[in-house]
Amino acid sequence: MEYLHSLSLVVPELILTVSGLIMVLFAAWGGAAASRAVSIACCVALGGAFALVAPSVCAGASGLETIAFFGQVRADAFAGFAKLLIYAAAGAALVVSSAYFEKRGAMRPEFPVLILFSALGASVMVSATDLIALYIGLELQSLAAYVLAAYLRDDDKSAEAGLKYFVLGALASGILLFGISLIYGFTGSTAFDAINVAMADGLSGGELFGLVFVLSAMAFKISAVPFHMWTPDVYEGAPTPVTMFFASAPKVAAVALLARLSLEAFGSQTAAWQQIVTFAALASIVVGALGAIGQENLKRLLAYSSINNVGFILIGLATASAAGAASMLLYLLFYVAMTVGSFVGLLLLRDADGNQLETFGDIKGLSTTRPALAWCLLAIMFSLAGIPPLMGFYAKLVVFQAAVEADLLPLAAIGIAASVIGAFYYLKFIKVMFFDEPVDRVQGKADTWHWVLLALSVLVISPLAWLATGWLGNLADLAAASLFIAG
Amino acid sequence: MIGIEHYLVVSSILFVLGVLGIFLNRKNVIIILMAIELILLAVNINLVAFSAALGDLTGQVFAMFVLTVAAAEAAIGLAILVIYFRRRGTIAVDDVNRMKG
Repeated sequence: MEYLHSLSLVVPELILTVSGLIMVLFAAWGGAAASRAVSIACCVALGGAFALVAPSVCAGASGLETIAFFGQVRADAFAGFAKLLIYAAAGAALVVSSAYFEKRGAMRPEFPVLILFSALGASVMVSATDLIALYIGLELQSLAAYVLAAYLRDDDKSAEAGLKYFVLGALASGILLFGISLIYGFTGSTAFDAINVAMADGLSGGELFGLVFVLSAMAFKISAVPFHMWTPDVYEGAPTPVTMFFASAPKVAAVALLARLSLEAFGSQTAAWQQIVTFAALASIVVGALGAIGQENLKRLLAYSSINNVGFILIGLATASAAGAASMLLYLLFYVAMTVGSFVGLLLLRDADGNQLETFGDIKGLSTTRPALAWCLLAIMFSLAGIPPLMGFYAKLVVFQAAVEADLLPLAAIGIAASVIGAFYYLKFIKVMFFDEPVDRVQGKADTWHWVLLALSVLVISPLAWLATGWLGNLADLAAASLFIAG
Repeated sequence: MIGIEHYLVVSSILFVLGVLGIFLNRKNVIIILMAIELILLAVNINLVAFSAALGDLTGQVFAMFVLTVAAAEAAIGLAILVIYFRRRGTIAVDDVNRMKG
């Protein structure tokens, strides 16, 4: 009975696993001809998993009946909320990838399969309530991601991005494992709740070392300062659909995992990790804002923008409250929409030969040559800068509200000041598109699916979404509450 | 009598050697792969030593998982290195600099 109940809780992951394995066989026998079919099948699998997770999020699943496999994983509303974002982002990456890789003659069926496995790993990460499940999920997600970064085998930059990502990612995994081994040794367990109980009577030296190692490794995975150095290089070098995936799904998973780890496993020692998270939050906001200023390459710019956004998300975590966790989830939702929108916008920038354009020089005067695209990018950039009435503003608002309620006034004040610096380069984007002499380099013909995605993400961040904030806020509150209900 | 602290010292030394191997080495990416392996084995020593000291099997099970993932990680690392070498004809660490800024 217990086993069947556990299986029923991980049905979305089972669907992804089984369909992923079947797709591997199709990929092996079908060859390049099968890539479109495999791509569609993977989208369907992600959609199925999405539909299965959605009810538990709406119902705010929490408590004992969400625990599966004797406390290895938990399928609660918090994990569900993150999974919805992960599946949606992975699906979006699949939709835009075929056109991109077919143009380079590099569309092979293993690409959708790798995205599927990476999404599966991310989904295990957000459910994990045990250090072993955490490690397996993280590695499944990362190993697929290393291959994805190096996917364009004939491209110098892609190979170099893969190499850099692999070396630094493997180092982070090593640091994470060393921390895990210390925590296991000094608390005597790998289960989050048992670690929490063992740490309640004060933090020993070994436990503190373990905690710092684990948090550093997680900071690497979410590309928070001071472990952000790999991000601009990997984001620039990886193929653009892959960059879009990196900036959305794995980041959501790592942030949700960090939240669960901090609040559940280290919940009894809040003071110990709060300072670390606060520092990482402030440093990420400032470095993300300043680092982006001199960038010419748009993908590099968006990499710094994602570092900056992670800082705002960490402010929510630094409050160590249910309201903070809920604000993180809302921020993640709008962050994913803005990320997908901005990268789809970049993918639409193609010259007459179909080559991707990715510098500021190429988008000069875009508003006269491609007005629709320019206006969509304008909305997304204003939203990223946090200008009302767009939803990027709402996301920042809820995070700062949670910080103020938790008496972290200085943190909120510095965050707001740094977001003004950050606004500079988003506004530069708009200035270049609308007020510079047109160069008319963007020629590529429009792809319907790209436009559908772009329109969807602009809709999510548009003022219309204010109508849904009550409902979304309620979902996020339920999800955050499920973290705090003792299983 | 050899206690848990002796194992911890050995594994810490191996771990630090591995991390230094990644950062101080300017020659060859293969050496970085070896350093990563060293870090993972240091972790395994830790896990097994703690498992024995605590009288709890979880650590040894975890070590099995780590070994398996380490194998997959090495395979992927070498594969990425091969495509990198095909493009660039070198695996010197100092030459991994196409992107800067």
